[in-house]
Amino acid sequence: MGTQRVGWPHSLSPMSTSDPDTALPRFRLDPDQTHPPLLSPDYVSTRLRAPLKSPVDLPQRITEVTGPVLGEDLVYEDDADLTRGYACAPAGQRILVSGRLLDGDGRPIPRSLVEIWQANAAGRYRHDRDSWPAPLDPNFDGMGRTLTDDEGRYTFTTVKPGAYPWRNHHNAWRPAHIHFSVFGRSFTQRLVTQMYFPADPLFAQDPIFNSVPEAARDRLIARFSLEETKPDWALAFSFDIVLRGSDATPLEAEQPLP
Amino acid sequence: MTDAPLPSTPAQTVGPYLSIGMTWERGEYVVADDSPGSFWIRGRLLDGAGDPVPDGLIETWQADQDGGFAHAKPDSAGEGFRGFGRSLTEADGTYAIHTRKPGPVSDGEGGMQAPHLDVSVFARGLLHRVVMRFYFGDEKQANGRDAVLSSLPDEARGTLIAAPDGAGGYTLDIRLQGDHETVFFTV
Repeated sequence: MGTQRVGWPHSLSPMSTSDPDTALPRFRLDPDQTHPPLLSPDYVSTRLRAPLKSPVDLPQRITEVTGPVLGEDLVYEDDADLTRGYACAPAGQRILVSGRLLDGDGRPIPRSLVEIWQANAAGRYRHDRDSWPAPLDPNFDGMGRTLTDDEGRYTFTTVKPGAYPWRNHHNAWRPAHIHFSVFGRSFTQRLVTQMYFPADPLFAQDPIFNSVPEAARDRLIARFSLEETKPDWALAFSFDIVLRGSDATPLEAEQPLP
Repeated sequence: MTDAPLPSTPAQTVGPYLSIGMTWERGEYVVADDSPGSFWIRGRLLDGAGDPVPDGLIETWQADQDGGFAHAKPDSAGEGFRGFGRSLTEADGTYAIHTRKPGPVSDGEGGMQAPHLDVSVFARGLLHRVVMRFYFGDEKQANGRDAVLSSLPDEARGTLIAAPDGAGGYTLDIRLQGDHETVFFTV
């Protein structure tokens, strides 16, 4: 972690054998059983949108291991509380959603932008293309933003989103979920995901949730937390987000231990 | 700190309603409108049938004109340079990013990379972002020396090179699938 500008040192000739990039981190690739295959035909929209050619390995150079600093002009004080900003409180079960943004080495990622969006308690998004017959809530827009604190922690106050039908297959319903967008420290760590709620009976028929390799699915399910539940106020759910860790010494890591 | 690596959180699609959470005022502006030498990169995001993707998002990350990155510290080059741009696609699949050409950056092996932007593409129907690069069609010499471009077959290379549009900007369509599928990277 530093606050210095990272760039090509102009005093070094490009032909120099010194390589300034060796001081930069390298991020471990996630194991195969982590992310959904892009082509997951049960989720019908992937059939025409998933790239079908094998991706090409891009070496991690300075563009890939750096990333933007975002937030100061994008986050306003009430953005972490989705129940405020309108005349009344929104309808539905008030909840707190909190957790930590970590890298794969367990290091918290502080002062990093977290964006969320979600349906209202009736399962309706405030969006032109959502027109199923569930009510909009004039007191809820479903958008939240915050920066993680110095320990990588974030907290949103919101309402529990409802489930909603979609046209993927007969009688298809999305389990209740909140969309999360996080950046971490580098381009390599960028992640958009969805947080689900415990023991949702809709999991079994949802091709988006089930696109994730089975062993990794529970990482998308928030944990109910009685300890963090606020008496006479709001239920609490906990959801940590883990981004790729870095290899300080990738070559040594491949050597057998003595 | 823990000894064993923590397993990463899996990705999920942005879904069709991404604009609720991912709209930024002036997100398309990597640099200010009147920044000297600035231009638009425009194109369409297309699916395997050649149809526009109206519920997609393009994000770009790049060096400033001196090859420095606004990493860990905003505005390294002054003038509000954030190095980062974000454009939701329109109904006709178009995206637009207003930026300047990045300066030369090291390829980590003693050479220099051609000017490039790293690009993330998100959309309904994409279960994880896909990654590509924008290069510039009027940088023939630098492109010819670029290790990443040089490693690709001719046709594949062309899917990453934005063409001058005759109005000072550049244009490049992104094809998620099909005969001219864009080259995407594992990074």
